[in-house]
Amino acid sequence: MSDYRIHEHPILTIPVRKEITFFWNDNLLSGYENENISSALIANGINIFGHHHKDNSPQGIFCANGQCAQCMVIANGKPVKSCMTTLKQGMTITPANGLPTLPLVNSVPKMKKIDEIETDVLIIGGGPTGMSSAIELGEFGIDTILVDDKNLLGGKLVFQTHRFFGSTQAVYAGTRGIDIAKKLEDEVRRYPSNHIWTNSPALAVFSDQKIGINRNGSEYVLVKPRTILIATGAREKFLNFKGNTLPGVFGAGAFQTLVNRDLVKPSQKLFIIGGGNVGLIAGYHALQAGIGVVGLVEALPKCGGYKVHKDKLVRMGVPIMTSHTILSANGEDKVESVTIAEVDKFFKPITGTEKSYLCDSVLIAVGLDSVNEFYLKAIGYGIKTFIGGDAEEIAEASAAIFSGKIRGREIAKTLGNHEIEIPKSWYRTAEILKSKPGVEIEEYIPEYQEGVIPVFHCTQEIPCNPCSTLCPHGLIFIDSKDIRQLPTFLGNGYCCEVCEQCVVGCPGLAITLVDYRKDPLQPIISIPFEFKREPLESINRVTAMDTEGNSIGKFEVVSIHKTKDSDRTSVVHIEAPREIATRIAGIQIQDDLITHPLDQYISHIGDDTIVCRCERVMAGEIRSLIHQGYRDFNEIKAVTRAGMGACGGKTCTTIIKRIFREEGISDEEVTDQTKRPLFMEVPLELFAGSDASEETL
Amino acid sequence: MTKSTNNFDVIIIGAGSIGSPTAFYIAKSGLKVLVIDQFPSVGQGSSKRAIGGIRATHSDSAKIRLCLNSINIFSTWKEIYGDDIEWFKGGYAFVAYREEEEKSLKKLLAVQKKFGLNIDWMDKEQFLEVVPDLNHENLVGGTFSPEDGSASPLLATHAFYNHAQKMGAIFHFSEFVEEIIVKDGQVKGVKTSKSIYYSNIVINAAGPWAKQIGQLVGIDIQVNPDSHEAAITESVSHFLNPMIVDIRPFPGSSNFYFYQHSTGQIIFCLTPSPNIWGFSTDETSDFLPLIARRMIEVMPRLKNIRVRRTWRGLYPMTPDGNPIVGWSNEVDGFLLSVGTCGQGFMLGPGLGELLSRMIMKNTNKEDQDILNALSPYRDFSGHELLK
Repeated sequence: MSDYRIHEHPILTIPVRKEITFFWNDNLLSGYENENISSALIANGINIFGHHHKDNSPQGIFCANGQCAQCMVIANGKPVKSCMTTLKQGMTITPANGLPTLPLVNSVPKMKKIDEIETDVLIIGGGPTGMSSAIELGEFGIDTILVDDKNLLGGKLVFQTHRFFGSTQAVYAGTRGIDIAKKLEDEVRRYPSNHIWTNSPALAVFSDQKIGINRNGSEYVLVKPRTILIATGAREKFLNFKGNTLPGVFGAGAFQTLVNRDLVKPSQKLFIIGGGNVGLIAGYHALQAGIGVVGLVEALPKCGGYKVHKDKLVRMGVPIMTSHTILSANGEDKVESVTIAEVDKFFKPITGTEKSYLCDSVLIAVGLDSVNEFYLKAIGYGIKTFIGGDAEEIAEASAAIFSGKIRGREIAKTLGNHEIEIPKSWYRTAEILKSKPGVEIEEYIPEYQEGVIPVFHCTQEIPCNPCSTLCPHGLIFIDSKDIRQLPTFLGNGYCCEVCEQCVVGCPGLAITLVDYRKDPLQPIISIPFEFKREPLESINRVTAMDTEGNSIGKFEVVSIHKTKDSDRTSVVHIEAPREIATRIAGIQIQDDLITHPLDQYISHIGDDTIVCRCERVMAGEIRSLIHQGYRDFNEIKAVTRAGMGACGGKTCTTIIKRIFREEGISDEEVTDQTKRPLFMEVPLELFAGSDASEETL
Repeated sequence: MTKSTNNFDVIIIGAGSIGSPTAFYIAKSGLKVLVIDQFPSVGQGSSKRAIGGIRATHSDSAKIRLCLNSINIFSTWKEIYGDDIEWFKGGYAFVAYREEEEKSLKKLLAVQKKFGLNIDWMDKEQFLEVVPDLNHENLVGGTFSPEDGSASPLLATHAFYNHAQKMGAIFHFSEFVEEIIVKDGQVKGVKTSKSIYYSNIVINAAGPWAKQIGQLVGIDIQVNPDSHEAAITESVSHFLNPMIVDIRPFPGSSNFYFYQHSTGQIIFCLTPSPNIWGFSTDETSDFLPLIARRMIEVMPRLKNIRVRRTWRGLYPMTPDGNPIVGWSNEVDGFLLSVGTCGQGFMLGPGLGELLSRMIMKNTNKEDQDILNALSPYRDFSGHELLK
C-alpha cells in the first residue's frame, strides 16, 4: 500500500480495515474494503480521475460530497461518482476520459411499484441540526424519519477533530465535533419513534407534497410528511481564478472529508484561500495530519474567523497574509504552485506584489451558502416547513445544534402537542450562539506574580465558555447570561493547583499556565499540544511564540504529558525566563522552509478561469454576455450551458452572481435561475423500482 | 412607415418558439417589428421546456408541409447563419410491440406516403438494425423516418432572436400586454405594463396564454394548456440515433418518447392520461416512476443512465390537435398563430415564414391550402390520427 494514507493521528483512531485489491488501468493496486473509490485512488497517489469530454481538461476530486460529477470513473463498466461508490475486491476501475459509454444490458430488470410512506415529520439532513431536532421529537414520541445522504450521521461534525466553542451547558462546548456526532447519534437512536435512513439522499420535493428519497442508495421511495424540517446545512462558495479547476484545487469540506474521515492525504503541501473559521480550522487539521501548510491568504484586511483560530495557526508556523488574493493555480495537469498578490481596498490585485509558492493543492474556503433548494420547493408547494442550522443561517455548529433543538419543539407543538414549552431563554441562547466574533481588545499580559497564574490569550468576544466550567475551584469567570464575555481569573497566585484542565479544555488552545513556584526566574509554562509527541521528544529546544505568532526564543522542553480527562490534548512544559513567560502562547510546529516564496513569481498563461466546472464555461464568456446586456440567469444558462451540468448550478451560481456584481450590476437587476429537481443525479432504474444499489456493479 | 419609436408595422405577442422565428422572417422582409414577452428573456415560457424533436411525419398535409419547411430551415441554419443549434438528423422511430400499434402505424403510413414523406415500415430485424438497443422481446417492428431529427430549443429560439435583432426587430421583455387597442374594428396597437405601442397588425403568438390574449379583443380562441412532464439525463457517448416513440397506452400515460440529443443526453417525455389541464408547471411525483418503467421496458440499456433534471411544460391544445393560424374575422389586423399542441418548436420556423408571407401579401397556393386547414373558423370536430 502506498503512502498517501494517514497512519497515525493525534486525535483520530486509525481503524483496522481489510485490505483488498483492485485494478486501475490494468495496474493492480490495493485499497480497503468499503472505502470510497476516490479515497482508494488518492491513497495510491492517483489524483487525475479522467478528462473532460469538452476540452480534455484533467478531472479530479472536487466536492468529495456526491454533489458534482468531477470525480467520475468507470467502475466495472459503469460510470460512477467515485466519492460515493465503495470499493470492492477485484473491481476494475478506469478513468472517465470523455463521455462514458452506457453499458449494454440484455434483459429488463425486475421492477416494482414505488412505496409511499407517511410520517409526521421528515427531517432532511442528519447533521447537528437534524439530530438534535429528532432527539426533541423523540422525547414526545413523534413519528420521525431522518434522512441523510451519507453513511454516517453527523454531517460535517464527523470530520471536526477540534473541540467546539459555544456553551458547555447548552451544546457540548469543549467536546470535539467527532465526539458530539457520536453523542447525538446515540441519543437519536434511543427513541423508537425515530427512523434513521442513512445513505439516503433526498432527490426532489414534488408539488403533490411528496419527497423522493433514494433510500439506502438502492430504493426509491416517496415520503409524505405532515411537516418537514430542512436541516441540509451549507455548501461552499467557489472562486474564479486561473487554473481553478486543476486537480488539487478543492473546497475545505472535500479536504476535511478526505483527511479526517477517509484518512488519506490528497496533499503534502497545501495553500489555503480564505481566513474564515473554515479555512483556519482546515489549516489546523492539515497540520495535525502531517500535511504542510504553505500559507493562507485572506482578501479582507483581517481574518473573519475567530481570532483564537487564527492565532493558533500562526503560532504553529503558518503565514497568514491578509489583503491578499489568489491569482492562479499553476501546473500542467495538477497543481504545482500558486501565485498570489496583495489587493487594494477595492480588492483589485496590486501589480508588482505577485508571489508564487510551491504547493500541490489549493484549498478554497471563501464562505458558505445555505443549502436551501429543498426549503424553497417545500414552502412553494405548501408543505408545513421548518428550517434550521446552516440551511437557515450560516453560523457555528454549536448554533446549529441549538437551533435544531428549538425546531424540534416547535414542530412537536405544531403537530398538536400544545402543552410543550419552549423557554424564552432558548431563543436568546440561540442568538448568542449565532453571533459573529465581536470586539477585540488588546491582550492583557499579567505581570510577574508569585505562585501560579493562568494567562488567557483570548482577546475577542466569541460565544464560548468551557474554561469557566473546567476549573475545579471555579476560579475562571464568564457570566453565564452572556458567554461572549472574556474570561477573568478570580484568584491570586496561590489558588491554582495546576490541574491544567483549562489548558487542555480551551477550544482555542488559548490558555497557558505560568508556574513560578520552583524557580521564579525560570518559570514553567504549560502549553496545550495536539500533535504527535515524537518530533518534540527528539529535539530539546522548541521555538516559543507569542499570541500573534511572533517568535520569542527557543526554549527547552521539560516534559510532555497528559492530564486527567485530557481527551487527546497533551500539555507541554517549557522553561523560559520570567520576563517573557506570560507572553508565550504556543510553540511552532512547522518549519519555516516550506513557507518561503519562489524567487520569481509564476505568470499563468491562458484564460482558463472556469465558472461552470461541469460544462467548462469560462468567466470571459459570462462577462461578454453581461456586456451584451444579458440579465436573466436562465438566458445565460441557455446560451452557455452554465448550470446545466451534473451539479445543477451548485458551484457556478454564486460565481456568476459575483461576476454580475463585479460588472456593476446589482442583484435586483438579475433574474435568478430556475431550480428544478433532481438535486442529485441517480440512475433511471431507481425510479422504476429496480434495485439500483452498487451491488449490481 | 413612421419614424416614431412607438410605431411598428407588426407587433408580436410572445417571444417563444413561434414569435421568435416569426419576428426574424418579418424583419427580414423589411418591416419594423416589436416583440413583447412577459418573461425576462427569450423562450422562457414553453419554448425552453420543449424537448427538441422535429419531424415532418405527421398525419395531415398542413403540418407536414410546415414541418418540411422547418426541417429545411433547422438543418441548414448553421451553414447559412453560423449558429450551432445542435441539429441532428437521427430520424423518428415509432415502435410496435403489439398488433394494435402495427395496425395504427401502417394506417398512418399510408397517409404519410401519400404526401411523399420518407418513411417506411420495418420488420423486427430491420428495425433492430436502426435501433439495436430496443428490447427484442415481442417487438413486431415499426416505422422509421430518417429525415426527421432534433435540435436545441434553447439555442434555436435564441438564434432566431439574435438574427431577428440583426434585422432590426425590437424585443421587450418582462412586459405584460394589458390591452389591445382596437378602433372601428381595426387593431391599432397594444398597451402594456410599461407603455403604448402602435401598429395595425398584432400577432398572437402567446402559446398557452393565447386564449387570454384573444379575450383582450373579445374573441374566444379555443386553446387550453395541458401539461406534460419531461426529464433529461447525464451525457453519455452516442448510441441512439432516432427519437423513439411508443404509442401504446398504459395506465397514466397515452404514449411516451425519448431520444439522445447531440450533447449525448437522453431527453424524455410522456403524454399523461387523462390530460392534466391548467397552467401549473410544478413537478409531480408521478412522472418519473411512470416513465422510467416504460423506458426500461423498451430499452433496458437505459436503466443505468443517470437522470439529471425534470420539469413540466405546457401544451397549448386545440380541440382537434391542429394549430390555429389565420386572420381574425372579428378584428382586422389581429393574426393568430396559436394552439400548436406541443409542436410549436418544430412548427415555428415554417409558421414564421408563412406568417411573413401573409403579412407581405404574397402567399402561394400551398400556403392557402395550409391556411384553409388551420383556419380559426374551421370545424373543430375532426381528430388527428396521431399527435
